[in-house]
Amino acid sequence: MATFFGEVLSVYSRAVEEDDEDLDENEEDEQIRRELEGKREVCLHWNPEVSEALRSGNKFHCSDFILASGVNASRFLSVYILTSANWDTVGHASVWNERSRPLNGQTSEESACVFYRHKDNPSLLICQVTCYIAEDQLFQWAEKVFDCLQHRDLKVTVLSDSSVADYRTADCLCNSSVPFLRSLHTTNYSGLPVCPSLEQPNIVTGLPAAVLNHCQVHHIAAVVYQCYSDIIGPDSVTMETYKPALTRLGKSIQLDWSPSADVFRKFVKTADIQSNLYI
Amino acid sequence: MFIASEKSTPSFKDFTLVMPAVAVGNVGQLAVDLIVSTLNMNRVGYVHTDCLIPMAGNNPYATCKEDSEEIHTPAEVYTAPELKLAVLQIRAPVIQTKSKKFRQLIVSWIKASGFSRTVVLSSSHAYQRDDQQLQGTPLRYLVTPSLLKISADALKELGWREMEQVPAFPGLTDANTEPRLYIPGGGITKGLYTDSCAEDVPLAVLLLFCSEGDNIPDAFTLVNHLNDWLHLLDNPSQQPNKWKIPTSWSLLFGSGIPPALF
Repeated sequence: MATFFGEVLSVYSRAVEEDDEDLDENEEDEQIRRELEGKREVCLHWNPEVSEALRSGNKFHCSDFILASGVNASRFLSVYILTSANWDTVGHASVWNERSRPLNGQTSEESACVFYRHKDNPSLLICQVTCYIAEDQLFQWAEKVFDCLQHRDLKVTVLSDSSVADYRTADCLCNSSVPFLRSLHTTNYSGLPVCPSLEQPNIVTGLPAAVLNHCQVHHIAAVVYQCYSDIIGPDSVTMETYKPALTRLGKSIQLDWSPSADVFRKFVKTADIQSNLYI
Repeated sequence: MFIASEKSTPSFKDFTLVMPAVAVGNVGQLAVDLIVSTLNMNRVGYVHTDCLIPMAGNNPYATCKEDSEEIHTPAEVYTAPELKLAVLQIRAPVIQTKSKKFRQLIVSWIKASGFSRTVVLSSSHAYQRDDQQLQGTPLRYLVTPSLLKISADALKELGWREMEQVPAFPGLTDANTEPRLYIPGGGITKGLYTDSCAEDVPLAVLLLFCSEGDNIPDAFTLVNHLNDWLHLLDNPSQQPNKWKIPTSWSLLFGSGIPPALF
């Protein structure tokens, strides 16, 4: 679609596939398709202790589930919360799709979507997602993860990275302060707003949307905090923007409000290495 | 899978269902938006399925600040009980490999809910019309045999044009090749129609030939066309702005222009 100024916008919903004729597939095609579909299944791998409990029908007693989707959201949790060493890794989700890279072998897959549980307060669960989850896997991810959690008194907080280029507003953004936070919550959520609500026509997509959809139809209290930033890659200013989103949890989680520079260095440096534009 | 938003399950018995097909220019979806916002319809439930790409946003039909904070999902059902009208709005594309499953889900839901008739609002690529389709109105319709039985007179009175069958291989005159129904860019439209024919579901398709771009005028054309049949609004053509444009239609072409440009 071209705008008044002639630049071309790619608007996804308008990309309509051609009329799909129901092709008579031969058996081999179908087998390949089935195998691919099987490979694309989202798999949850829990610790022996957790999976034992799940097998016997005891779901996670979870009061707060915090999900971080994207590099900055995940590293925000790493810097401000997970450094306190009070957290156990309880499992991970493996997601295979067209963007999965076999680069670091098994390790990259295991670190892309990890679940942590608080040692003293096991009803706090955190999940960091840094990998790409394909559109056909999002729904399944939400179904499978929430199937392991007890829904009573569950509160879900999602932190999500977004590009400010995707933010639509009638005013010019040049004067306002980027990065900024917007929220979107389900009907059952009742909490004091810490930031403005997401204005129409802006929408939430990807994993945060899948989680919100699931929570809305299953009457779970959930809120998404979407951070619009103009920096690609990990950045301390963007990370700090998420701070107000977790103030509500201040009582139950010890937040390290002023992490040392060393901690930041550890989580921010990787971006520099990847860019080889000006060696 | 339909999930009611309130505790009680709504009854759709003898309701008319209007739904869009996600198609070229999103004309059907825009037209459905106009119906929901103009008639102030109430949301009664969601179609929660893995066939649609997840998305969420605040109330697309907000009229004031108070009702703007209300989450909305990819597929939702609205009703206007006094008009015996239900509307299914679809806000996200169908996942390509799951379009067949989605069609089946919709058809079985239509059958189970007991809708008296279903109208699918759709569109098709204007550039793929053949010679006979180029002339006259860009609007077409299709009805399944079971709807034709009950609505034949009404359709005759309207004088609408039925969607033409096109030759399978244009230019080739072979008596053995049967002309076929071809709706390029129509998404699930054709599949939904053929499934409904096979399952004896009373269903009509109203479609418009259009191209991508600013499709708001197309949406008005299609919704007025539908209104000629269903009479949702009285004489909307005399007052062209009687349909209410929802707030979510703002900034369709991106954000505001930076003043520093000038």
